[in-house]
Amino acid sequence: MRRFFLLALAAVSACGSVPAPVSPDKAGGDLSVFAAASLTEAFKAAGTGFKAAHPGSNPTFNFAGTPTLLTQLLQGAGADVFASADQPNMQKAVDAKLVAGAPRVFATNKLEIVVGAGNPKHISGLADLARADVLYITEAPDVPAAKYAAQALAAAGVKPAPRSLEADVKGVVSKVALGEADAGIVYVTDVRAARGRVSGVAIPDAQNPRAGYLVAEVRAAHNPYGARAFVDYLLSAGGQQALQGFGFTPP
Amino acid sequence: MTRPRRERVPAALGMLAGLGAAFFILPLAGLLARAPWGDALTALSAPETLEALRLSLVASLTATAVSLLLGVPLAWVYARVEFPGRNLLRALTTLPMVLPPVVGGIALLLAFGRRGLLGMLLERGFGITLPFTTAGVVMAETFVSMPFLVLTVEAGLRSLDSRYEEAARTLGAGRWTVLGRVTLPLIAPSLFAGAVLSWARALGEFGATITFAGNFPGRTQTMPLAVYLLLESRPEASFILSLVLLAVSLAVLVGLRDRWLGSP
Repeated sequence: MRRFFLLALAAVSACGSVPAPVSPDKAGGDLSVFAAASLTEAFKAAGTGFKAAHPGSNPTFNFAGTPTLLTQLLQGAGADVFASADQPNMQKAVDAKLVAGAPRVFATNKLEIVVGAGNPKHISGLADLARADVLYITEAPDVPAAKYAAQALAAAGVKPAPRSLEADVKGVVSKVALGEADAGIVYVTDVRAARGRVSGVAIPDAQNPRAGYLVAEVRAAHNPYGARAFVDYLLSAGGQQALQGFGFTPP
Repeated sequence: MTRPRRERVPAALGMLAGLGAAFFILPLAGLLARAPWGDALTALSAPETLEALRLSLVASLTATAVSLLLGVPLAWVYARVEFPGRNLLRALTTLPMVLPPVVGGIALLLAFGRRGLLGMLLERGFGITLPFTTAGVVMAETFVSMPFLVLTVEAGLRSLDSRYEEAARTLGAGRWTVLGRVTLPLIAPSLFAGAVLSWARALGEFGATITFAGNFPGRTQTMPLAVYLLLESRPEASFILSLVLLAVSLAVLVGLRDRWLGSP
């Protein structure tokens, strides 16, 4: 067992940063995927598809705000794959030599205004977020969605005063769903995942920044073959279909 | 006077006890070792740090005052009045001690939120909303910290020799005079210990606060919330703030142990 492990290790280091294409049998075993909170539902579905394509593999997921995941990786958390909701956080991982090879964009997302089910406050666009009778909340400044939201608001020339800076997009959605807040800016996919409990108001394309999601294999991966296979799967027709089923758009 | 006997520690017991102690001391050592001492002053004097510190102090002291105002009468009732369902009521009002704070936050939202049982009436009747306000922070902190005061004060009242109060009564003192001049001074140590314990718990409150009151600098972002969010953007600053909270907690424990909890 130990010898096998050493052999595997030698094989990986011999391959350097460009491992050979993976055959399905080597991609088996446990696979730890760290993914941005907004990928929760889509990656669970993609995990099922990956398992079917690679029998014997067992992907598990750690979903959290991208900055949280980055902190965990920096502190040496055991992960095989890192999926970030934005470029700057992935760049930090690259700079810290946490990931192997170049990160790849595997999906894009758009922003939407999340409002209570049925839109009780009759919000029709970004300008309404600054209305005095609208309780607007957003994400903490380091959360990728907050940066995209700031771009969208700047493009629309609106300066709403948020009442709370939630730790991630799911926090915004749940407070709107509970009726404690009237509106927030989250991804299209978050509104879709909470359908029935909240409604969405579209943001025009001219004001809507495209959020690119990047994925990379973790350099210290326990299962490098599985990591490579998972990244390949995300970019394959099957993986793309799973992601688009949840509202993500192709890279 | 009997002195505690010096006992030889069995090797296995000593080793396990050492492991147990190391489990708590190592994380503290890690924090001390990794804290950027050079930047400590800059981190501590940053406006957002001072704002979080100010808010934490104001909110936790207010929560302690509310706990004293409502908790002492509650403790008095539990200690002195026999009524059916007393044990059940006591269990319900001390539940936050064992409840995950996030659950407490959700429960507060469902009671005092805009769609909550009472919150709905407050908003419709008076235009008052509690979530996302400093008042909401005080409520969340009071919710999780008051039980510590209630239990400590109740224990103090139960161990009180009631003959002092009876003597005062036979000498013609009224109920309020007895309470103010005899009962409360006699249980002062319990009152103090309970107040400090609940204050320390309020100061460290995180889960119920972020769930019920959200997070906004200067309004609802207390020290623990700032520590959590800074860990993502400026980890060094978050280490320093953690140390501040650690020092306060340690001071409280050491102070209480020596003065009121009767240990050597």
